[in-house]
Amino acid sequence: MIDFLHRTPMPWTLGCPAPCALYNDAAMWSFIHKFGSPPWLYAISGVILRWLLPVTLIALVAGMVWGLLFTAPDFRQGNSYRIIYIHVPAAVVALAGYYVMALAGAVNLIWRMKMADVAMKAAAPVGAAFTFIALFTGAVWGKPTWGTWWVWDARITSMLILLFLYLGVVALYEAFDNKAAAGKACAVLSLVGMVNIPIIYKSVDWWYSLHQPASIKFTGDSTIDSSMLYPLLLMIGAFYALFTCCLLLNMRAELLQREARTQWVRKLGSEAGIN
Amino acid sequence: MYFDSLHALLTMEGHGAYVWAAYLVTILVIVAVLIAPVRLRARFLLQLAGELKRSKIAAGGNATEEQ
Repeated sequence: MIDFLHRTPMPWTLGCPAPCALYNDAAMWSFIHKFGSPPWLYAISGVILRWLLPVTLIALVAGMVWGLLFTAPDFRQGNSYRIIYIHVPAAVVALAGYYVMALAGAVNLIWRMKMADVAMKAAAPVGAAFTFIALFTGAVWGKPTWGTWWVWDARITSMLILLFLYLGVVALYEAFDNKAAAGKACAVLSLVGMVNIPIIYKSVDWWYSLHQPASIKFTGDSTIDSSMLYPLLLMIGAFYALFTCCLLLNMRAELLQREARTQWVRKLGSEAGIN
Repeated sequence: MYFDSLHALLTMEGHGAYVWAAYLVTILVIVAVLIAPVRLRARFLLQLAGELKRSKIAAGGNATEEQ
């Protein structure tokens, strides 16, 4: 995969401005204008992925090894708590991913920006995968901790609804032949689904739940020992980076398909034929 | 390392099956979400390269006929 990314052309070889031009250009609108350019987005995402993907994979392996091998077990839950290093990061990023998807949908609805539509479509399957990880690892963690794989409590049920919302966007997109109509319908669905996000966050406070409240707090002391907290923070960072990588990879594949008849994609196709 | 032996690491005092199953499924899902768009992109580019090659051959054939 790394080798494949290495063959990605630089933005300026596709007739786009060199990176320094980005820094020289102080106007934000200029950046937004560039972001709307498919060849620029395709090329710059290739450059970002070339660095971000290896760093992400190293951080993921380091976080998993740290959490699995070098932390002490929890005094109450024993070793089953080690699932926290994948469950919490997946859940956090699944929620953040929904914001990305809904925001992209809103931008597409308001400004009819094609690249926002591409981002929304790209975010949906990645968000679904992260939500699935959160639900699956939660169920597996629940068995030794609560004595059951599943309970229909507020936190878990609202996360299941989040999974259905992500899958709904994926399915709705495929149901339309007209891309513009599909984009609009998915944007409305993702914006309506935003109602679920604060419910997920506050579910453990609003209702009686088997699920424990948040251990990491931005205000007040966290209820997790620092020896457990540091690998968890590393894994949360790694999962955010992983989401970004998956989003960019999906956007690149989608961009090529949408722009199949353009000069820059045909140039890439002819280069792929030579290689 | 917290565990004294490989056996202790695998069993994790009775929780090994849960912990390893959770990590294994997570890794499989991560690999799938990373590989799927890369394969899709590679397949698309190869398909496009084939199309371009065929159209070039067809254009070459037409040019020869005209001569």
